[in-house]
Amino acid sequence: MKNTAFTQFHIELGAKMVPFAGYNMPVEYTGINNEHITVREKLGVFDVSHMGEFWVKGPKALDFVQKVTSNDASVLYDGKVQYSCFPNGKGGIVDDLLVYKIDEETYLLVVNAANIEKDWNWCVEQGKAFGFTEGKELYNASNEICQLAIQGPLALKAMQKIVGQPVEDMEFYTFKKLNIAGIKDAIFSTTGYTGAGGCEVYVANEDGPKLWKAVFEAGKEFGIQPIGLGARDTLRLEMGFCLYGNDISDTTSPIEAGLGWITKFVDHKDFIDKKFLLKQKEEGVTRRLKGFEMIDRGIPRQHYEVVDANGNLIGEVTSGTMSPMMKKGIGMAYLTKEFWKADTEIYIKIRNKKLKAKVVKLPIYKS
Amino acid sequence: MNIPANLKYTKDHEWVRVEGDEAFVGVTDFAQSELGDIVFIEIETVGETLNKEEVFGTIEAVKTVSDMFMPVAGEILAFNEKLEDTPEVINKDPYGEGWIIKLKISNTKELDELLDAKAYEELVNA
Repeated sequence: MKNTAFTQFHIELGAKMVPFAGYNMPVEYTGINNEHITVREKLGVFDVSHMGEFWVKGPKALDFVQKVTSNDASVLYDGKVQYSCFPNGKGGIVDDLLVYKIDEETYLLVVNAANIEKDWNWCVEQGKAFGFTEGKELYNASNEICQLAIQGPLALKAMQKIVGQPVEDMEFYTFKKLNIAGIKDAIFSTTGYTGAGGCEVYVANEDGPKLWKAVFEAGKEFGIQPIGLGARDTLRLEMGFCLYGNDISDTTSPIEAGLGWITKFVDHKDFIDKKFLLKQKEEGVTRRLKGFEMIDRGIPRQHYEVVDANGNLIGEVTSGTMSPMMKKGIGMAYLTKEFWKADTEIYIKIRNKKLKAKVVKLPIYKS
Repeated sequence: MNIPANLKYTKDHEWVRVEGDEAFVGVTDFAQSELGDIVFIEIETVGETLNKEEVFGTIEAVKTVSDMFMPVAGEILAFNEKLEDTPEVINKDPYGEGWIIKLKISNTKELDELLDAKAYEELVNA
């Protein structure tokens, strides 16, 4: 099992460690609810070093990114980040990812830890048509880069103390290369998967410990805390953000998953599955990923069945939890067509009982 | 890890506090710590008589769902209703305020099959 640059800190802090995507990762330190609320109200730090980073370089970099991802990367400017996905050529999704435009000939793709190998093989395979070679135009830096996500309403204020440029008014989903705590050329990105605001910082593994200490020192007066994977999951689910492997997969299309907004059918862009997905968009799909909240008391979980008032199967829960902010069960599920509208009553089968829930617009938690 | 000497235990991490032919049952400190934040307790067996090792209820943490099993056969006399709104009491005080059900024991001889504190400690440290 791999360690990150921060594993020793997690163990010293008494985190509950679990294997996740081949990494030894902290699932919680003081408790998921407490950590979750800390991020919503103040700020918290996640070790997200397990995420994968691929560089795409050279004159054909944009053409490649346009071909393999669903969003329109031509609208990116230097310093802009975009949420996107890799369609898999069979109507499903290889992975969801972030695309960073460093400059005309340099892009950074940030992918899910569990999919690094699959994504890398996919990119290398697709890169052949562009004459790309491994280690040159395509470079897998996943084992060299560590990453902290500092998330919450006070995150940028705290980080401002240790960076050399203004960051508090940075636009959402942009990044700067800057000095942080004496570390040169860190990527400081106003991204994250919590819906609480904040940033993600990428540095070389050897600079990790320095970054960790500086971040906690800067955040101390604001009540900063380390946050584990458990709260990462409850935070993203309250926002209705997809988790690969739960809500999206090789067999769900971006259109079904509600990711039409990152699937751009524009003339200047051809991409894998464009034709198929356009057809889906125009003709409609038979199931869609929807957020819901429980009306009856109960906690939905992945793979629980969703039924209508008469008990007919209408879908399956892909993610579910007790919302720490709403104090009720929430989840996401693929539902058949008649049940997509907000406030539609649905029923979740929990231990042979049919418990009432309703479809809600995203985000599930409205702050 | 807190494992009071005056209680009996099961290998499924329930504790039992015997009072004559009645008993209070909860989950151990080890169990609450492994589960993490407890967010929901469902007991729908009050008034029923269940066999040893039958499921008497469900305990849900943020990430997981676990069944709870009868340590001995008996009738479920009561459920700790405080847990309906504040299940987190189990995290804070698993052996006291966090008791889950009260039983009428069918056959007190079955108590001999439970683990004592020392045997339970060996189990969780194994």
